[in-house]
Parts: sequence; structure tokens; C-alpha cells
Amino acid sequence: MHTFEFIRPADAAAAVATAAQAKTAQQGADVRFVAGGTTLVDLMKLNVEMPARVIDVNRLPLDKVEATPDGGLKIGATVRNSDLAHHPTVQRDYAVLSQALLAGASAQLRNMATTAGNLLQRTRCMYFRDTAMPCNKREPGTGCPAITGSNRTLAVLGTSEHCIATNPSDMCVAMAALEATIHVQGPKGSRAIPIGDFYLLPGSTPNRETVLEPGDLVTHVTLPAPRSGSNQVYLKLRDRASYEFALASAAVVITIAGGNVTQARIALGGVGTKPWRSREAEAALAGKPADATNFRKAAEAAMRDAKPQSENKFKIELAKRCLTHALKMASTA
Amino acid sequence: MRDNPQSGHSNPTRRAFLLTTGSTAAATVIAACVPAHASSTAGGADGPNIEGAVPIRLRINGKDRQLRVDPRTTLLDCLRETVALTGTKKGCDHGQCGACTVHVNGRRVNSCLSLAVMHDGEEITTIEGLGTPDALHPMQAAFVAHDGYQCGYCTSGQIMSAVALLKEPCGPDDAAVKELMSGNICRCGAYAHIVAAIQQVRKNV
Repeated sequence: MHTFEFIRPADAAAAVATAAQAKTAQQGADVRFVAGGTTLVDLMKLNVEMPARVIDVNRLPLDKVEATPDGGLKIGATVRNSDLAHHPTVQRDYAVLSQALLAGASAQLRNMATTAGNLLQRTRCMYFRDTAMPCNKREPGTGCPAITGSNRTLAVLGTSEHCIATNPSDMCVAMAALEATIHVQGPKGSRAIPIGDFYLLPGSTPNRETVLEPGDLVTHVTLPAPRSGSNQVYLKLRDRASYEFALASAAVVITIAGGNVTQARIALGGVGTKPWRSREAEAALAGKPADATNFRKAAEAAMRDAKPQSENKFKIELAKRCLTHALKMASTA
Repeated sequence: MRDNPQSGHSNPTRRAFLLTTGSTAAATVIAACVPAHASSTAGGADGPNIEGAVPIRLRINGKDRQLRVDPRTTLLDCLRETVALTGTKKGCDHGQCGACTVHVNGRRVNSCLSLAVMHDGEEITTIEGLGTPDALHPMQAAFVAHDGYQCGYCTSGQIMSAVALLKEPCGPDDAAVKELMSGNICRCGAYAHIVAAIQQVRKNV
């Protein structure tokens, strides 16, 4: 690991001011915030991340889960994944989020990992993690060996000729289906970013993963008021029963009245280069009878633009079955 | 060692032997590389007096320790190398195996993915803080009774996880225990015995 200066800021403003001196907030940033450390320390050991300064945000007052005036929920940036998963309001009103969090990582890692850290979790693509290999995400312009190499676990949605890395998060998939908003404090003030606008497709700049700029500190996430009468399911399929990243996952928030789907919010994990909200699947279901035929049609719509690589074609059918089954579970809940 | 109580030699344990020779070797290397004053501890704090080292205080197994650590030092390396508590094991060093599991403020974490400087003022419990050979923690006793290990390398992490699990939301059946213990890998495959040991302790709590 390279040497760095360890900084514990007095408040969020000091953290922002220090981080604002960085040249980028994206891959290779020379200033990094650390909370749980589960991604950053890991990548620093691999020399994938080599920040000159590390700002510890653990002691900032960002660790609360609170009701918002409009009936929603405000989740602090440093709330631990385990605490959020077991929070009574989350379990009652945002079950898909609790289920997604508990499907991720291990009990130890969930005790460490935070809300904001999970939002900014990095891909598990083995080429990104191995500095002996080229990688456009880690070193722009060096190429993507995954496209001709080992790509069984990589993405089929949102890829480009420059990068096919999967977003590994479970939490973010649930948050996409819940239409979360990410709140950022930056050098020019605070702003709120819908989760749908937060992540960038790799395109020709896979090193840029989010809209965050130097100094931007995620302070909290808000969820809108829960949809009354909605059923929620997070279903995750993987190579082993626990402690493994998704091959395909689905987050479903669905409201059914008189046998018809009145509203559906759907996101997929394990298959996209970002947490993948599927408006196509939602549109395919809106107003339709909640039955197996329409669930399958929604799944077909969700994966219509999927592009398989040499080893991951199975993911397209797997994701369809995952979503179909999640919809069935939610409609019979 | 206990097989030969009549031996006139002192009975060095493997660990004590390695610690002694290890520190002698380290002292030799340090003496060769840096001025003598740099290798001694200063201000009553343990740890190397190197450039950029940060003073921290950790409460480890109920004892306050004033330490000086390079910011790069993980909590795991701090415990093993600086404090010489070698019960906590280094397996993968990337948060994938659970051998390094310790408790921070009563909650289990992977000490390999946490920097020691992040824990200034916090309370750390390691396997050495659970029980002693003469007074085992009930979980340690259950692991012995159920033969919950083979090579033993993952065992301290397994036990630290298992003890933390007792205070966490966990369903009554084996499947729930397996799910919450999935962050601790055992390559000998002692899983069935580990689950049995944990379930016995849960029944008696």
C-alpha cells in the first residue's frame, strides 16, 4: 500500500474543503473519503486506489435514520448496512431494501459497510482489480481484456466496447426501485441527485462512474414515502447460497388492485454496468393483469437490449427468470 | 510439550519460540537500517517510531494501549505485529475469509479491511479477550466439545463471529446460523460441527 496522510475532519465542511483539492473524484482520486473501508482499503492494498490523502468521515454526524416531513426516510451516509437492514421502519415500509442489504456480503462486512460506501462500491471485475492487466476503467486507453477474456460474471446491459464491468451492489438495486435521492454536499453547496441520474454508463469513459466532482461528499439518501399497499421483493441468484455477488437479481415494488398491476417499480442487479432500473419492464406491466404471462413479457422487455459476451449469455435468461419469479413472489405476498 | 513434564529443559511453546527469535531477528534488521533511537518506543507508546506514524489509543481486551501506527496499518496487522496478539489470524487479507474477525465496540468486523487509525479510542475484543485455557468462553468450550475445527486456522475468527451472532437477530434453525456464519470460511470443512457448537451455546444462553 502506498503512503497517505490520514485526516479526521472537524465537520463536513472541512471534509469537503480538503477533498475539493483533488483533481478528480473518480478512479484514481488523490483524495478519498473512508468510512467502512471495505472497498477502499481493499483496493488500496491492490494498488488500484492510491490516494495521497484519506479523509475519515466516520465521526461526522451522518449516522442517523430519520423520518422526513413528507413521510419518507432520511438515511445518513455512515449508517451501517446491518443497522439499516434491521431498522424497524425499513423492515416495515421498505422491505426490498432490508432484503437486499441482508443478501449482500457477510455479517461482518455489513457491520462495517455504509450507505454512501455501498453507493460507491466498485466493480469486482478481476481485470479492474489486477494492476498487471490492462483496464480502461483503471487506466483509460489501455483496453478491456474482459471482452475477449473471462467475462462470465460481467454485465450484459449498459456495456460499451470499452468496459463491461458489473455494478456489484445489492443495496443500490433496491434503492433504484425505491426511487431514492442522493444528497451531496460540495464546494458550491448542496444538491439532490435522483439515483437514476447518479450513475454514468461506461461509454468511452468507464473511469467515470458517477456524477460526483472533487469535494462532493454524500451526506444522506432519502426515500420517498412508502407506496401504500405495495408488495416488495428482492431476489438474488448467485453461485453459492450466501456471501457471493449476484449473477442476476431483481428488486420489485409492485401495487396490485383487482388483479391488475396499478404500479410497478423494477430494478435489476448483477447484469448491468450500473444499478439497472427497467422502465421497459414497468411499462410492460402497467395496467395489465398480474399473471405469469405478463410477468414473463415484462422480463423479456427488461432484457431486450441485453448484449451477451463470450461466457455470460446464460445471464440473459437467468435475469428473465429471476425477474419473473420475483414478480410472482411479490404478487402472491 | 505437556507430554514431557520431567524434562529438565524449560518448555518453550512454538509460539514463544517464534516470538523470541522473530523479535531478535527484527531487532537485528532494524539496528542495521535505522538509528538506534528510532527503534525504541517513545512517549510510552508501542509501535515503530517512523515518519508519519500516528499516536492512537485502543482499549484491547479491557486494557488501554497507547500505540503509534503507520496510517497504512490495518487493525489486523496492528493487533498481530504491534500488540503481539497473534490469536487473530490473517487469511485472505481482503475481507473474503473471516479469519481476522474481531469485535469493535461489541460488533464483529473484518480487521483486515479496517485501518487501525480509524479506531482511535475504540474498544477491541480479540480471541485472547474471550477466555483463558483454564476458563474457556462457553463458545470456545462448545467448539472443543463438538470438534469444530481441524487445522484451527479459521477457528479464532469462527469463534469471534459465533460469539457476536449470539447478540444479533438470528432465526432458530441451522439455516439461519449458516447464513450469518457465511463470512467465515473453513477450508477443512468443519462447518457441520461449527453449526452444532453454536446451536448448543444458543440453547444454553
